[in-house]
Amino acid sequence: MIVEGKKKIWADYQKDIPDDHYFYVRSCIRQAFWPGSEVTFLDITRNKLGKDFYENPYHTTCGGIAYHSDTIPQETAMTIIARQFALMHESGYENYVCSCITSFGCYTETLETWHEYPELEAKIRQYLWDSCKKEFAKPKYLAHASDIIYKFRFEIAKQMKYPLVNVKTGKPLKVVEHIGCHYSKMFPSKGFGGAEYPYVLVGMIEAWGGEVVDYPERRHCCGFGFRQYFVQADRGYSMSNTHKKFESMEPYEPDLIITNCPGCPYFLDRWQYVIAEQTGKTYGKNGYGIPALTYEEVAGLVMGYDPWDLGLQMHQVAIEPLLEKMGIPYDPKRKYQGLNGKDLGQPMCPSCIKSV
Amino acid sequence: MKENILIIGGGAAGMEAATQLKKLGLNPIIVEKSERLGGHIAQWDRLFPAFHPAKDVVEQMLNNVKDVDARLNTEVTDIQRDNNGFHAVLSNKETIDAKAVILATGFDLFKAERKQEYGYGIYNNVITSLELEKFFKEGKDPRINNPKKIGFVHCVGARDVKVGNTYCSKVCCTTALKQACEMKEVFPDAEVYTFYMDLRMFGPGYEDLYLKTQKDFDVKCIRGRVCEVSEDMDGRLVIKAEDTLFGKPLRMTLDLLVLMCSMEKAKSIDKIQQKLGIANNSDGFMQNKDMYLGMNDSKQDGVFVAGTCTAPKSLPDTIGEARSVAVEVFNYINNK
Amino acid sequence: MDFGFCLSPSSHVKMDSIDLTTFNRLKETNPDVNTCIACGSCTSTCTAGNFTEMSFRRLLLMLQRGKEDEAKKMIQRCMLCGKCTLVCPRGINIRKILLDITR
Repeated sequence: MIVEGKKKIWADYQKDIPDDHYFYVRSCIRQAFWPGSEVTFLDITRNKLGKDFYENPYHTTCGGIAYHSDTIPQETAMTIIARQFALMHESGYENYVCSCITSFGCYTETLETWHEYPELEAKIRQYLWDSCKKEFAKPKYLAHASDIIYKFRFEIAKQMKYPLVNVKTGKPLKVVEHIGCHYSKMFPSKGFGGAEYPYVLVGMIEAWGGEVVDYPERRHCCGFGFRQYFVQADRGYSMSNTHKKFESMEPYEPDLIITNCPGCPYFLDRWQYVIAEQTGKTYGKNGYGIPALTYEEVAGLVMGYDPWDLGLQMHQVAIEPLLEKMGIPYDPKRKYQGLNGKDLGQPMCPSCIKSV
Repeated sequence: MKENILIIGGGAAGMEAATQLKKLGLNPIIVEKSERLGGHIAQWDRLFPAFHPAKDVVEQMLNNVKDVDARLNTEVTDIQRDNNGFHAVLSNKETIDAKAVILATGFDLFKAERKQEYGYGIYNNVITSLELEKFFKEGKDPRINNPKKIGFVHCVGARDVKVGNTYCSKVCCTTALKQACEMKEVFPDAEVYTFYMDLRMFGPGYEDLYLKTQKDFDVKCIRGRVCEVSEDMDGRLVIKAEDTLFGKPLRMTLDLLVLMCSMEKAKSIDKIQQKLGIANNSDGFMQNKDMYLGMNDSKQDGVFVAGTCTAPKSLPDTIGEARSVAVEVFNYINNK
Repeated sequence: MDFGFCLSPSSHVKMDSIDLTTFNRLKETNPDVNTCIACGSCTSTCTAGNFTEMSFRRLLLMLQRGKEDEAKKMIQRCMLCGKCTLVCPRGINIRKILLDITR
């Protein structure tokens, strides 16, 4: 591998990100899957980096799940998106930042489509007025939330307490980066590093002391792919795609997977249990799996947030071996306590993959 | 009196045109930007379809032009039309007055790193067709280390809307098969695969080469385009393609992948071309007057074109055009 | 535990691990097997191919992609009429190859 070659491509796919004042929109599913991620993102950007992030309570789904499941037509999805943009405009913002990769893909696709087909934009403008009586507006700037963490990765590194380093060996952790398909596969120029060698997560790993693992199935889908999971008859395909990735990354013995999409960490995490249940195989050391975290969770960990405040107990794959590698202290008793100290009860622990 | 004919480019087209013009009693002057005459073909080891040493042809061509006035390491920096024809200023501050100009500026090889999915410049064992040719010529390349499995990718930078080149680059198919056979000669135990979209064996003896490639050299031609290359733990290349004739995707691990890079019109001539008022076709190559009877004429009086500046061409095509441009220029001067 | 779904095998032809014994054996006595250009003449003229999946072009590929069992199943459809050998532009002795495969 010639890193210089990658650096050349990375230099070609850069984009300017405004310094401050962002309109932030959450993901539909991430708050259920990884409840600590968006909270941590806002805490880091607002309180640790001092940036202005505004949330509007009237924001809804972007319609991406329905669009990708073929239950609503594109015009409907576009009208929903136009409404979100109108909310941004009403709130006095012009930099739109979304938490979800599929939203990012839908927003990018919509803006590009409007650019290519102004008559469609005019139609959506009318739909928006007819349905919501809102004024049509477009963001001046569109970014994915991982772009923001990427932009401030060195500032985060300055406040870092636990770098991505194995404290026992002193060696960098081996980190797999997995980019959501809709980040740059549709529009390579919209993502840091493009589509073949995306840099957005690589940049974070490098800045925080880790070592990036580039394995043959790096570009392959995590296995979510919407319909192949939603339709039960296709669900085996979903898991088979995930399986393909794990088989490919296994020889590199990664310590951690870092992702920037709502679905990817979910499927890379949960399917490890199902694969273990069906085949008896686990991909981490000593019967454990490989933790698949969101970039906000990783940012939180390196900055010294408490793992349970980050919501890492929501991962099926046990996080403790990683915490020990990084030398992060944690209280096992707090794992299943709510923020108010209330006992949330313990989940059933499978025997096929170690969970504590 | 001997009229000056300015030939820009000292490759196969420029050299051959100069040779013929000299014979016709005119005074060709070659301006070549590199430090030697010979162009791309001088970097080549053997020529398709019959594995003829390129050196033989190149040396003969060079010998033919040894008395021709040639300026090396020199570029035309400015050119203007005047009453006597053209007034050209060279990068060495010299000026040349010529009755006619021949653009024989040739091609640039497609920059393989632009097809990012093939990982040229990122994965150690991905090389270009030109680099393989240098290996044949010089006998060494640190990346070619007794490979057991070798792949060739056709149409890199050709027939590809994504890089803006929709045309067929004409010679890469035959070159790939030639190089595949040569690899089998050097590494008889290796398995050699070529990944093609169509095999365009357009010239005399080319189809015979294809048959020989299959039958005598046991090269496996797979119809399908490699879509993705990655590197495994051992630094070997993992490729994905579809066997479109079999109707199934396939993947395999290779020790070496050779990218058959297309031709693009040489960019270094853009400024002079603009000054002379020669437009490009939609494929980026120079426009000639028409593709049948005016293939060597440009739309500008006194400006002629020859060789791969107007389209990808094989060496015999180029030599043929160089000879015909000499006749065109000769007639142009005599009818003046 | 039954989840109602399971891992599906990949549809990729895994070129690294396919068994080419039959094809390589065939190649020794019939170097012509390499020269097919997939024109489809054999398949379009095949009497059996009009009603079944029989396709000599495909059969050769099957052997080269590790689908020997499928190929041997397909070959049973052949009626050995010889028309394919008649039309092949590469002059491949298809009749002999078919007989050699089953030998």
